[in-house]
Amino acid sequence: MTTITIDAAGIHYTPLNKQIRQAVRDGASEIILKNVMGQRFIGDGLIGNVKITIHGVPGGDLGMFMKGPTIEVFGNADHAPGNTMDEGTIIIHGASGDATAHSMRGGKVFIRDDIGYRGGIHMKQYQDKRPVLIIGGTAKAFLGEYMAGGLVIMFRIQDEEPYAEMGLASGIHGGEIFIRGAVEEWTLGIGSSARPATSEDIDRIKSFISEFSQYYGIDPVKLMNSSYTRIAPVSARPFAGKYTWE
Amino acid sequence: MIIGSRPTKFQVVIDKNQCMLCGRCVDNCSYGVFRMEPEGIITNTRNCVACHRCISQCPRDAITIMERPCDYRSHPVWTAQVKENIFKQAESGKILLGGMGNAQQYPILFDHLVLDACQVTNPSIDPLREPMELRTYIGKKPRQLEFIQKSDSDISLVTELVPNLKLETPIMIGHMSYGAISLNAHKAMAKAVSDIGTFMGTGEGGLHEALYPYQEHMIVQVASGRFGVDVNYLERGAAIEIKIGQGAKPGIGGHLPGEKVCADVSCTRMIPEGSDAISPAPHHDIYSIEDLKQLVISLKEATEWKKPVFVKIAAVHNVAAIAAGIARSGADAVVIDGFRGGTGAAPSVFRDHVGIPIEAAVAAVDTKLRRQGIRNEVSIIASGGIRQSADVAKAICLGADAVYIGTAALVAMGCRVCGTCYRGLCTWGIATQRPDLVARLDPEEASHNVKNLIDAWTLELAELMGAAGINSIESLRGNRDRLRGYMLDQSMLDVLDVKAIGA
Repeated sequence: MTTITIDAAGIHYTPLNKQIRQAVRDGASEIILKNVMGQRFIGDGLIGNVKITIHGVPGGDLGMFMKGPTIEVFGNADHAPGNTMDEGTIIIHGASGDATAHSMRGGKVFIRDDIGYRGGIHMKQYQDKRPVLIIGGTAKAFLGEYMAGGLVIMFRIQDEEPYAEMGLASGIHGGEIFIRGAVEEWTLGIGSSARPATSEDIDRIKSFISEFSQYYGIDPVKLMNSSYTRIAPVSARPFAGKYTWE
Repeated sequence: MIIGSRPTKFQVVIDKNQCMLCGRCVDNCSYGVFRMEPEGIITNTRNCVACHRCISQCPRDAITIMERPCDYRSHPVWTAQVKENIFKQAESGKILLGGMGNAQQYPILFDHLVLDACQVTNPSIDPLREPMELRTYIGKKPRQLEFIQKSDSDISLVTELVPNLKLETPIMIGHMSYGAISLNAHKAMAKAVSDIGTFMGTGEGGLHEALYPYQEHMIVQVASGRFGVDVNYLERGAAIEIKIGQGAKPGIGGHLPGEKVCADVSCTRMIPEGSDAISPAPHHDIYSIEDLKQLVISLKEATEWKKPVFVKIAAVHNVAAIAAGIARSGADAVVIDGFRGGTGAAPSVFRDHVGIPIEAAVAAVDTKLRRQGIRNEVSIIASGGIRQSADVAKAICLGADAVYIGTAALVAMGCRVCGTCYRGLCTWGIATQRPDLVARLDPEEASHNVKNLIDAWTLELAELMGAAGINSIESLRGNRDRLRGYMLDQSMLDVLDVKAIGA
């Protein structure tokens, strides 16, 4: 267990990422970043099993292309944390911006509070790579749009009325979304369908409910016993019927 | 049945006197035109797409293919194509898709530009005797160089140089994805560019393991679907290209149909077999020029600032202003794809009606960047409808650093531009994933053809430069004075910044 602490105050993201990479090369198992203030691209393209703890607010594209590390943020995150991420875990003790988990390919992203627009857009899965996005709060429009694979779970812990944001899962052709409670019918985008989650469905997401509750010190009982809506694609070929050949 | 049968597009005729019933046409046609019957070879001519595979394999020249032997009543407005499109849409209510590039009869600007040569007052250069410098560097060039004089009176460079790609000829092969075309086609082109010392693009299909030996000559693409993109892929490429748009279909995304996603394609794209590969119209993490900068920098951070990053856009009306934004995004090159650029499949309405030609786009971009004093910040790569070495020379005179070819490289491997790529039945083994068809394309042999083509164009470029008294490609770049416009109106000459012939 080698822990390295970096004071990020006033450091530009490029030298900061260089220091992080160097620490990983030097065999650090944990890196603590203090005074992070909007530095983008932290952990971008980083490979390894290191744990990075961030105190402050990281900038956009946190953990982009990342393969393996765990990043825990004590603060909010900006635009697109987990963008095109490959493996690893991001845990955010706060909210995050638009395009959270954009095009994510594997690993897990946990957000305690709300996320912005286009969350989980174009997530995709392949063989054992199945990305998971878990949102404690709620999401703005276009959640899971163009989703090609993976799993999104949204608890809406503070909300009990039906989810009502437009373009939910429009163009979805793989993967599934679980939203605690009901979903307004009109929110569903082209190519998606919704039904109440069955007990078998809930069994499949229980481990993620436990993991989420554990990270944020929440009692999982309420989340385990809630009803969920499951949103999934109508077809793996949403555009097959749109075209004719010249 | 209201509309009924249409006249056949092609008629296949077999000369029975020549035919020796060898059956090669039957074996070679994947569209089901020929069948062997006791009375001879029978044709189902309606299935023909005029790919000419049968003609190429017939040992007796017994096959003739005629285009529209029975045509519609001629009309300058209501052409056969217009009527047939209406028939299809009246029957289906759907968007029309077509293959290959722009099929409208727009004037080709390259064919209205002529090159210069020396006579008497300055001598031409003989490329046989004098070295001709065609080596091209793609990437940012420093605005100025700073040196320091060391104590031992030696001088060393202080300015930090950023990575550039070194091309032995200003001709590269553009991005055609594995999936749209076959692995053998990719292997052939990859081997050719490696042998020549130039580069090719992977397209948005990931990088197949079989291409790893050529990775130092591959530009990996990051498009809106992010297929096949991980750190390993980014690390392997010589450069990274962000695809924003494509000349054949500006403004819209792409759909690789599920039937083309076989086990191998699924593996390089990293998506399940048989599922549609959908690339959204925009990158959903880029909604502004500031967001583009963020993606450019994120790719540089991910690869520790070791790779040039290109941004490819379709040539559209405001291409110059857009390119000026890209030049400020940190990108190392801007690729401009004109409206004659090819594609496996695009909605015909986009292919034929959206975007502008590469000639005007390159001229406008080069002019804008020079006027803003940022031409050194990005290289310009021209793409879309480059058919011959003269087009390369003219594109460079208009301001390009290098060109991407696409269709020309496929034609070098046998493609007859039948425009039926989207069927996945390419008899030449190029635009197909069917193993028996792919096996027809020998990567070794095909790589020789592609290399020969680029070598021949390179020789011609050297000859053209020598004739113009120019011994370095840098002196040709943006050299509008060595072009003249032939039958172009004044407004077009102004855009191209070229004088008229005789002026």
